[in-house]
Amino acid sequence: MRYMKLMLEYLKNYVKSRMTYRADFWIEVISDLLQQGMNLIFILIVFQHTPLLGGWTQSEVIFVYGFFMVPFGVFNTFFNIWNFGERYIVKGEMDRVLTRPAHSLYQVLLENMDPPSLFGSIVGMIVMAVCWLEMGLTLQAIDIVVFIVLVLGAVFIYGGIYTALSALSFYSDSPTGIVPLMYNIQNYGRYPVNIYNKLIRFVLTWILPFAFVGIIPASYFLEPKEDDISKLALLTPVVGLVVLGIGLFIWNRGVKRYRGAGS
Amino acid sequence: MMSAYLDFIRMRFLMMLAYRVNYYSGIIIYAINIGAYYFLWKAIYGSQETLAGFSIDQMTTYLAISWMARAFYFNNLDRDIANEIRDGSVAIQMIRPYNYLIVKLMQGFGEGLFRFLLFMIPGLAIVCFIFPVDLPTDPVVWLTYLAMLVFSFLINSQLNIMTGLFAFFVENNEGLMRMKRVMVDLFSGVIIPIAFFPGWLSSVMNWLPFQAITYLPSSIFTGRTPLAEAGSVFIIQLTWLVVLLIPIVVMWRAARQRLFVQGG
Repeated sequence: MRYMKLMLEYLKNYVKSRMTYRADFWIEVISDLLQQGMNLIFILIVFQHTPLLGGWTQSEVIFVYGFFMVPFGVFNTFFNIWNFGERYIVKGEMDRVLTRPAHSLYQVLLENMDPPSLFGSIVGMIVMAVCWLEMGLTLQAIDIVVFIVLVLGAVFIYGGIYTALSALSFYSDSPTGIVPLMYNIQNYGRYPVNIYNKLIRFVLTWILPFAFVGIIPASYFLEPKEDDISKLALLTPVVGLVVLGIGLFIWNRGVKRYRGAGS
Repeated sequence: MMSAYLDFIRMRFLMMLAYRVNYYSGIIIYAINIGAYYFLWKAIYGSQETLAGFSIDQMTTYLAISWMARAFYFNNLDRDIANEIRDGSVAIQMIRPYNYLIVKLMQGFGEGLFRFLLFMIPGLAIVCFIFPVDLPTDPVVWLTYLAMLVFSFLINSQLNIMTGLFAFFVENNEGLMRMKRVMVDLFSGVIIPIAFFPGWLSSVMNWLPFQAITYLPSSIFTGRTPLAEAGSVFIIQLTWLVVLLIPIVVMWRAARQRLFVQGG
């Protein structure tokens, strides 16, 4: 309850500070969407030249992408901690965070909240709805519940992985390049995993489970394919909890090691 | 005067060299991206021999060379300029006895030289090792491509300088810079060769500078565009180089009239 109130307070502050640069807010929203749009344009152009991509139709691939946008938007809103090491460790702001009673990760996340990213989730849902109608699928109440659970699981996976990566800053002075590295690997998860070779498929499913934020949960709603990854879909929340648990564990241990920047 | 400008190249090159470790992971990132698109394109081709004039081997080569060219011509001149405008240090630079924009371009050259030698070349070597890339055997193709690459760099830097200068006119051009980056990646043909675009879009692209950055040179490199047509590619690149000077000069003139530093 207290954590909810904290969130509201941070949100109020965010709105106040953002309203100074109102035009910029919208430019940011639009440029975010444009970036997502680029990937959609890629898919659309690709399907002008082929009817199927690894056995998946255009509507299905776009549906998967739309699904992916939903957890990705939520994740970007609440886990906007790209520069954690730089800002909190090198500059020593972590000291300030640790003097307060709320959990350190929660504070860091709230301080960096980025609500405009939620527009991506909204667009993602619209994209899904359009594909849903196009494919003539039926909608049942249970689908919505499953959808929410799958999205939460996917957000947990992202959150866990990036929490763990950010926490690396506690252990090493400059873990250069690992975060952007991960950011690029995650692109693999947006497309049908069966187009990759066995090794990459295995890594994406079980080591860095980016397949669980896009293709696997989304396939729950689609017709089963040859390799039938949709059977794994309901594992998404489990994988999410495990990954988030690992992330939190690494974070908490890191905080214990933290000794301050010195100056 | 010239030697002062050359010194900016040297200084930036040495500065980049000090941070070279950051770029080792860059090579891996580019290889990962090339890999993602390599598998995608393989699935797209399926059993089809050629698409939009590219065979699958040419496509792989196109991917490799386009991403590695991006590794070379990419720079953050837009962010540098925008930051200096926002924190006001551009005012100090303006009263110094050199041309601010030329200095920026020289720093870009320094970074480009570094990226070419320590990012693009080793990156290309590694990528060729992993993926079935067909490098051209004709040395003339290589030389032509390298010459085009210089233009790619210049045109991309011009676009960056323009984007950066926008900071004079809007208070925060962060969004604009991001939008530019996405547009350059998509429209220059790094993500998809322009030949794949639907007809109307590729004819729009003919009237924009982006194709001169990646698509046209890479098509020569892969052999999709015969070497005989290299002349017209050079003309397109040269034309854009000249045309883009106009908005830069206009913006720079207007900017000096209305420099407004926030805080500081």
